[in-house]
Amino acid sequence: MSKYILKRVFYMILTLFIVATATFFLMKAMPGSPYANEAKMTPTQIKIMNEQYGLNKPVFVQYLIYLGGMFKGDFGTSFQYANQSVTSLILPRLAVSMQLGLQAMVVGVVFGVLLGTLAAVKQGTWVDSTSTVLAIIGRSVPNFVLAVILQYYIALKLGWFSIAGWGSFSQSVLPTIALAVAPMAETERFVRTSMVDNMNQDYVELGRAKGLSRMEVVRGHVMRNSMIPIVTLLGPYTVALMTGSMVIENIFNIPGIGEQFVKSILTNDYPTIMGVTMIYSIGLVVVLLITDIIYGLIDPRIRLQGKEG
Amino acid sequence: MNEEFNVSPEDFKKLPPDEAQDNENIAGPSLSFGQSVWLQLKKKKSAIVSAVVIILMVLIAFGSTPFINNETLVKSHPQYANLPAKVPGMSAINGLNGKLKQGDKWVNVYEQNHIPKDKYFFAGTDYLGRPLGQRIIYGTKISLIVAFVAALFDLTIGVLYGIVSGWKGGGVDNGMQRIIEIISSIPNLVIVVLMLVVLKPGMMSIILAIAISSWTTMARQIRAETLTLKNQEYVLAARNLGQSSWKIALKHLVPNLSSLIIIQMMYTIPTAIFFEAFLSFIGIGISAPQTSLGVLLNEGQKNFQFLPYQMWFPAIVLCVLMIAFNLLGDGLRDALDPKSRR
Repeated sequence: MSKYILKRVFYMILTLFIVATATFFLMKAMPGSPYANEAKMTPTQIKIMNEQYGLNKPVFVQYLIYLGGMFKGDFGTSFQYANQSVTSLILPRLAVSMQLGLQAMVVGVVFGVLLGTLAAVKQGTWVDSTSTVLAIIGRSVPNFVLAVILQYYIALKLGWFSIAGWGSFSQSVLPTIALAVAPMAETERFVRTSMVDNMNQDYVELGRAKGLSRMEVVRGHVMRNSMIPIVTLLGPYTVALMTGSMVIENIFNIPGIGEQFVKSILTNDYPTIMGVTMIYSIGLVVVLLITDIIYGLIDPRIRLQGKEG
Repeated sequence: MNEEFNVSPEDFKKLPPDEAQDNENIAGPSLSFGQSVWLQLKKKKSAIVSAVVIILMVLIAFGSTPFINNETLVKSHPQYANLPAKVPGMSAINGLNGKLKQGDKWVNVYEQNHIPKDKYFFAGTDYLGRPLGQRIIYGTKISLIVAFVAALFDLTIGVLYGIVSGWKGGGVDNGMQRIIEIISSIPNLVIVVLMLVVLKPGMMSIILAIAISSWTTMARQIRAETLTLKNQEYVLAARNLGQSSWKIALKHLVPNLSSLIIIQMMYTIPTAIFFEAFLSFIGIGISAPQTSLGVLLNEGQKNFQFLPYQMWFPAIVLCVLMIAFNLLGDGLRDALDPKSRR
C-alpha cells in the first residue's frame, strides 16, 4: 500500500511539473501583450514595466524563477491588479469556490443516490421512469442555461432567494442547485445501474432465502455494495464542478476562483492564468489520489499494487 | 405426484428424418451486426425519435449552408432590431405573433416600430436586427461540426492509441499508459483553456482543443478490451498463420471493438456540444462573425428579462440536441451491450 502511494505521489509530481512547464511555455508563446495600452506607451515605459515584472530576463531564467517560486506557494504578481500577488488574489477566492463546490457535491450525491435507489427498487414503474427522465434532463440541460432560468424565475420573479452575490445562505442556494444538477444526474444513473446489477446477484437470493424481506436485503446488502463504486466518481465530480464554477460564478457574481479565471483569460493576465491552472491541476490530482486510497480501504477486493489489469 | 405413468409402445415412434433435423436446428436465422443492433434499437421508441430528430437537425443545419453564410449573418438591420417571433398563421399565440410582454401587457412590437405587415421573423431578431432563426440554424451547424470532429478524433486517435497500446503490451504499453495517466489527471478544462488562449479563438482552435482532451477515455477502454481480445483463439490462429498485425487489427479487433467504439462516441458527442456552448458562453470560444448556440445564449442572457425569446429559442434547440444525443446514446448502449439491457 505505502509503496503504491509513493508511486502515485511520484506521478502526481511529474504531472504537475508537466502542467507547470506546458503552461509556462504556452503563455510565453501567446499572442497579445499584457499591457492594455501598449501602443500609447513609450519604449522606456515598456522597458521599465518589463523590468518590474521580470519580463526582461531570458525565458529560461524566468521559467526557473517561476518554478522556484511555486515551491514556496508564490505564483508571481498579477498583471491585472498592480502589486497584488497571484497567491493573495486566489486564496480567498479558493475558499468560496470550495464551499460552493462541496455544497453542490453533497446535494448532488444525496439526491442522486436517493433517485437512483428509488429507480432501482421500483424498477419498471413510473418512479423508475420519472427518475430516469430527470437524470436525462439533468445530463442534457447545460448548467449555465439552468442557472439563468433559475435566477430569473425563482430569484427575480418569485423573490425566494437572492439574485446574485455571495455571503449569506440565501445567496448560495441557487448556484448550488445549478451546480448540483450534473453530479446528481451522473450519480442517479450510476447508482441505478449498480443497484440493478447487484440485485441480480446470488447473495440477494440467499438473503431472501434466509428470511429477510426485500427491503431488508436492499438496505443491508445491496445498498452497501452499490454505494462503494460512487467513490470513483469523485474525480469526474471535481472536474464537472471546476468547469461549472467558471460559468455559474460568473452568472451569480460570486467572487470565486472560476470567475477570476475567466476574467484573467479575457485580460491576458498570464500569472493568474498559470496560478489558477496549477490550483485546478493540484486539486484534481489530489482528489484522484484520495479516491484511489479510499477505494482501496473500503473495498477489500481491490488490491492496490500499482498494477493495472 | 402419484399420477400414473402410462407409456405405450406407440409413444415411441421414429420421427421422419427432416423433422429430426429441424429439432437440432434451434438457432434463428443468423443476423449481421447491423441487423441485430437494429432489432434491439427499434424496441426503444425514445432512441428512434431521437435519431429522427438528430437526422432532421443535421439536414436542416447543413442543408441551409447555401442560404445562410457569414455574409447574411453579419449584415445588420437596425430598423428590425429586437423584434419578437412572428410566424404567419400564429396570430392567436402570444409570443409567436409579433407581440412582446412589456410590463403586464402584450404589445405588438411590429406595429409599434412600423414594420411592413408582410415581414415575418420566425424566431425574432437580435439586437442588430439579424434574424435569430437563421443564426440558430447556423449555430447548430457549428455545434454539430465541433461534435462530429471530436467524435472523429475519438475514432482515430483514441482507437489507434488503444489498440497499439493493448496489442504491443510490455514496455510500450506501460509508457503509453503513463502518458494517458498524466493527460487525464490534468483537468480537460485546463487543456482546452490553454489551447484557446494560445491559438487564435475560433472554430478551428475550439475543435482542436476539445479533440485533444477527449480521446483518452476511448483509448483506455479500447486498450482494456484489446488486452482480452488478443488472447482469443481466433486472434492467436491468425497470428500463427502469419497474418500481419495491421490486418489482424482491422479484420479481427476493430469489428469486435465496434460496440465499444460506438457507445463511447455517443458519449463524446454531447460532451463536445456542451463544451463548445460553455466556452462560447463565457466568451472564449467561437467569436464573430461566426456564431454558435453558446454565443447566442450569451447574447440572449443579457436581455433575458425584457426579451426572453432571445435566450429561450437557442436554449431549447441546445437542450433538444443534447437530449436527443443522450437518448440515442442510451438506446445504442442497451442495443450493443447486452449487460446493460435491463
